[in-house]
Amino acid sequence: MSVLARLIEAAGIATVIVTMMPAVSAALGAPRIVGVEFPFGHPFGAPGDGATQRAVLDTAVRVLAGAATSGTRVDVDLEWPQDARAAYKSWQPPEPSPIVAMMLNARER
Amino acid sequence: MFDVAPSGEPAVWAPFGPRLAAARVTLLSSAGLHVEGEQKAFDLERERVEPTWGDPSFRVIPRAHGGLAMSHLHVNNADILTDNEVALPVRALDSLVADGIVGASSDQHISVMGYQGDLRGWRDTTVPAIVEVLRAQGTDGVVLAPV
Repeated sequence: MSVLARLIEAAGIATVIVTMMPAVSAALGAPRIVGVEFPFGHPFGAPGDGATQRAVLDTAVRVLAGAATSGTRVDVDLEWPQDARAAYKSWQPPEPSPIVAMMLNARER
Repeated sequence: MFDVAPSGEPAVWAPFGPRLAAARVTLLSSAGLHVEGEQKAFDLERERVEPTWGDPSFRVIPRAHGGLAMSHLHVNNADILTDNEVALPVRALDSLVADGIVGASSDQHISVMGYQGDLRGWRDTTVPAIVEVLRAQGTDGVVLAPV
């Protein structure tokens, strides 16, 4: 998605990326980055938590409009409401993705 | 901050033109969302057969969608299906518009499916088509959110 942000930006439209991996987006050259300390699959927060969803989006649009230079990063100061182990479980797919299954099979052979 | 990204890519920068309170904002999710019963799902069957391939197409999601389905094999879909706002916060954007913080939500938002084994499809076909949609509806800025 950082690549997508760069391509859209290069076409002349400003972008901000809301991401669980802000350091990766910075390394890939995304122009405006909002970091969230949430599990994968939950960029704007937990289901039903409209206040957090709005707070993250509010930060994102302000960074979109207010960032002065490419590479600007702002991290959202909100904590995920579960411990790390529960959060890890909450993002894992019920079965391994095809690429992960392929790698696991290759390792077993 | 960076003239060159640590990856070696040169910095890109499109200035944000208007005041936020006068700007039109579009959301772009990588959750593989489509309008249930109206649009085709992203192609997960081919990905199951060719695990290094990911569907590079995109869907235009109306602001007033009636509920979204999700096609993404790399994250748990349950919470996004329970509350689409987790990935595509159209109601949150509408509330920022209602409070005068953002000028407008675009009538159309966008979804792609973020697992891409090869970026050529996005680069050559999908992004030019998305940019056309964004320009046609006067988008001033895009909030992208990978899952």
